[in-house]
Amino acid sequence: MQRKYNPQLTYWLLVLPALLAMAVFYFYPVSRVLWMSVTIPEPGLGNFAQLANSHSINRMLWTTLRISLISTALTLILGYVVAYVITHAEDRRKRLLFMAVLASLWISVLVRAFAWFALLRSDGLINQMLMGLGITDTPLPMMWNEFSVLVGIVHAMLPLAILPLYSGMQSIDPRLVAAARGLGANRRGAFWRIFFPLTLPGVFGASILVFIYALGFYVTPALLGGGRKMMIAEYIKVQILEVVNWGAGSMLASVLLIFIVVTLAIVSRLVDLRKLFGAA
Amino acid sequence: MMTHTPETDTLKIRDLSKTYGKFRALDTVSLGVDQGEFLTLLGPSGSGKTTLLMSIAGFIQPDHGQITLGGRDITHMPPEKRSFGMVFQGYALFPHLTVNDNVMFPLKMRGEKGAQAARRVAEALELVGLSDKGIRYPRELSGGQQQRVALARAIVFQPHMLLLDEPLSALDTQLRGQLQSELKRLHRAVGLTFIYVTHDQSEALSMSDRIAVMREGRLEQVGRPDDLYDRPANRFVAEFMGVENFLPPELSGGQHTLALRAHALELAAGRGRVAAHVTERDYYGAEIRYTAHTESGVPLRFKIAAGQGESLPQEGDAIGLDWQDKDALPLADH
Ligand SMILES: Nc1ncnc2c1ncn2[C@@H]1O[C@H](COP(=O)(O)OP(=O)(O)OP(=O)(O)O)[C@@H](O)[C@H]1O
Ligand SMILES: [Mg+2]
Repeated sequence: MQRKYNPQLTYWLLVLPALLAMAVFYFYPVSRVLWMSVTIPEPGLGNFAQLANSHSINRMLWTTLRISLISTALTLILGYVVAYVITHAEDRRKRLLFMAVLASLWISVLVRAFAWFALLRSDGLINQMLMGLGITDTPLPMMWNEFSVLVGIVHAMLPLAILPLYSGMQSIDPRLVAAARGLGANRRGAFWRIFFPLTLPGVFGASILVFIYALGFYVTPALLGGGRKMMIAEYIKVQILEVVNWGAGSMLASVLLIFIVVTLAIVSRLVDLRKLFGAA
Repeated sequence: MMTHTPETDTLKIRDLSKTYGKFRALDTVSLGVDQGEFLTLLGPSGSGKTTLLMSIAGFIQPDHGQITLGGRDITHMPPEKRSFGMVFQGYALFPHLTVNDNVMFPLKMRGEKGAQAARRVAEALELVGLSDKGIRYPRELSGGQQQRVALARAIVFQPHMLLLDEPLSALDTQLRGQLQSELKRLHRAVGLTFIYVTHDQSEALSMSDRIAVMREGRLEQVGRPDDLYDRPANRFVAEFMGVENFLPPELSGGQHTLALRAHALELAAGRGRVAAHVTERDYYGAEIRYTAHTESGVPLRFKIAAGQGESLPQEGDAIGLDWQDKDALPLADH
């Protein structure tokens, strides 16, 4: 007897290896972290109480949220401009600009952080220039603070914002803007009334992507913040590797995870997530 | 009715050229369009129809030449200042706005608001028969309905002129015929100047006051539909007007190439004016279509009504063909 071809089964067999890998390397450790956060040092919600009690954790969470929100806003504004220029560039220049964006994506975050270090520190290039031009007498404090962290994060996130924004803008029929002009809108009117509203799904998608990424950013804030402006990822690492406080560390990791899942859940109620990330 | 006096709103295009790299998309095009006229730009794909229309609308800057409207130079005027209504190929409705807001858009851009504007929107939608679709979004409408919204949006602000780029090309034959007559009705009702782009010969013939035939960026002939149909200037225009047969001077016996429609050729009783032999015979029910070739290899196409009983020529038969002089169109060149 010939076995009947079962598309369902084939489908599951094809995704099975990936599912297994996810289960072993992802779901298992994540559930361990969740488990640890309510069992170490003793079973209960003691760790989570620190969210209300611990002054330093509170401050760190606010810092994380603030930096993430500001860097998301800055990234979106800069990324929007770049994506707009790429969308409207001629083919040759478009390729060049794309390479530039991707190149910055391919250069290690580490290298990029050190590059900013060279530019921003008190005897760095920018301060030398400002003092040389007589704009300021004393070097501006641009390193080891929130400013340098923001600069680093925005720089690292830009390609992440540009790509979905670009793909959104690319799919807008250029005739729509032309039609708006033909119907009496000037350049500005055509942009704000037609082009911009049509890019909003892309803006929304890029914001979510960048914001979630920024929340968990580690290397850049750690290097450019110099331990003074600590964000949650670095704080967790300090708790676990330096203070050896697995309870607080795993609790904060869980908080981050839950916060992201809840954010995504709310967003997905508002808009179609698959469309947002370009699937549909 | 067409008037040929130089009116205030006459559009004049003088020596317009546009090149892309080395490619000439428009080559010294000169054309005048009268107030209230329905002018059609007709030509094959890539002949420069859209480029010419976009230059008139102000979306394309020509390299040379001048466009004037009522004597005023508008060559470098931005599109939003020209007040031409435009219907793009594919309609270009704003997908994030309702039908009402789409039609309201040009009014809003002109600072018109409130009850007055709302009334004009309602009137425009009524004119195209979509009064009940105002609160829908474009994606909820059929192709023909979208097309009519685009039309309403283009006329609501009472533009000087309506520019339409193959507005019906995406529709099926039936809807197309229906919208063709709606467009003509609209043209009569509002008395606007229409510049209409199509590559459909029969559409051009049935709708236009005048037709401008384009080829490779140049105007081949401009004239009334019956001018073009009965007196094509050259072989290209004749072919575009559906003429199948071209007899070179040595076969026609005259000085010019003769253009002959398939129905103008008839089977001769004897030798006829041209001798040929049948190479193809296709049965179409009501008629039989023949292709014959002369000795020198010139193809000739003609038809015979079916059911005539007596013996019809078969493939390979030697025949003679005749025509009436009044049906022959002498061509000026090639
Ligand atoms: N931006 C451009 N860059 C280079 N070539 C162009 C550009 N726009 C148009 N062309 C060329 O100019 C020629 C005329 O184009 P146009 O769009 O005016 O043709 P059309 O008559 O409207 O054809 P269709 O019936 O296919 O719409 C074409 O050969 C086209 O390839
Ligand atoms: Mg075209």
